[in-house]
Amino acid sequence: MQNPLLVDYVPILIFLVVAAAITIVMIAGSYLLAQQKPDSEKVSAYECGFEAFTDARTKFDVRFYLVAILFIIFDLEVAFLFPWAVSLKDIGLFGFLSMAGFLGVLTVGFVYEWKKGALDWE
Amino acid sequence: MANIWFDLWHNSFWHGIAGRGITILAEVLIVIVVLLIFVAYATYFERKVLALAQLRMGPNVVGPFGLLQPFADGLKLMVKETIIPAGANRVLFLMAPMLTFTLALVGWAVVPFDDGWVVANINVGILYLFAISSLGVYGIIVAGWASNSKYSFLGGLRSAAQMVSYEVSIGFVIVSVLLTVGSLNLSNIVLAHQPFWMWLLMSPMLVVFFISGLAETNRPPFDLPEGESELVGGFNTEYSAMTFALFMLGEYANMFMISALTTMLFLGGWLPPFGIMVAPLTWIPGILWFIGKICAVMFLFLWVRATLPRFRYDQLMRLGWKIFLPFSLLWVMVIAGVLLATGTLPNPQ
Repeated sequence: MQNPLLVDYVPILIFLVVAAAITIVMIAGSYLLAQQKPDSEKVSAYECGFEAFTDARTKFDVRFYLVAILFIIFDLEVAFLFPWAVSLKDIGLFGFLSMAGFLGVLTVGFVYEWKKGALDWE
Repeated sequence: MANIWFDLWHNSFWHGIAGRGITILAEVLIVIVVLLIFVAYATYFERKVLALAQLRMGPNVVGPFGLLQPFADGLKLMVKETIIPAGANRVLFLMAPMLTFTLALVGWAVVPFDDGWVVANINVGILYLFAISSLGVYGIIVAGWASNSKYSFLGGLRSAAQMVSYEVSIGFVIVSVLLTVGSLNLSNIVLAHQPFWMWLLMSPMLVVFFISGLAETNRPPFDLPEGESELVGGFNTEYSAMTFALFMLGEYANMFMISALTTMLFLGGWLPPFGIMVAPLTWIPGILWFIGKICAVMFLFLWVRATLPRFRYDQLMRLGWKIFLPFSLLWVMVIAGVLLATGTLPNPQ
């Protein structure tokens, strides 16, 4: 508790606990307040009035997976940029050129993805 | 005897902790209650703006000018039956809306409402907000998976892909602002003074940020996960009663968060507009400027909804990956280059 860095984060912890408590109270309150009368039709999955004829968890387009991978690459890159951005004055031209080199390598990969059609949805 | 115990308590280490704890708890409750009132009235505001755009009256029956409509809606959702589909994973199904709503609330812990009016003034505030908004995608993908319904599943997938695509552009925009500020603390970001030409350089980033914000919160014209004509209700097809309400409230709280971020990063937070610090403008309390700016950005959200038709999914992904991503990447380096060349980089704080 005496670490000043951690003390700054105590309000966030309290905020998190209060917010979570409010959401639980809201759902539990509604559940207890309202009359619960489930029947087999009511709890069946909605499919425009039809009986569901296959499981919902089927194969899906591989592009979603590709988007997730691309996101991880670029989001990591953004994470690298955060400390670079706030300290650019200290690291100066050398820091700028290093990051330009790093982003250049990434851009080559990005152009490759683009040409391969990884970013196309039809 | 009682006096001794009182003295012991009064001088103890724990007394200070308890007093501080109660203060924080009060601050947290005030922020959450005010936020929830704003979120409730955002639904009313949205319906009124859409009605005006379409030459209708909008809600006007419950209370004067329909002002009690949000409470009527809330009460209705409160007393509806919570339907849990037979095929659903019960725990995950109930956890998803709670996660979405909790995450939509906790971001506000670091938002400065006025000079020093902040629950947790941490030195990496913007990084915290970025992390919390990234976590938001979990609520949606868990909802889509746990419902065990085709529409929910497809809606959840689409929504997740859309959110992560635009998050990259938002990250670059935040980095470009950090370059001009030199600090990750939100109060420092608001207080940073920027020359006029910097505004010109930043204005394309403001446009990218706002449009990415629309996509990030699944708002029209990017509300594909809820494209009624193809996916019924998207990831919240199977939700009812309070579980549905929490998704709705979470969406509006996220819209407020994007508006607040736009205000803090680009519009000067609690300061008078354009940094004009002259007499009549500085008399107005900062919190009012902050709320006013947030409401103005919120109005833009609703205006866009009333005006633009929905995008197709391929157009959405094209805009995110082929236009915004390369542009914001390039523009970050342009801004860094200009700042370095002119020697106007801020000192790291």
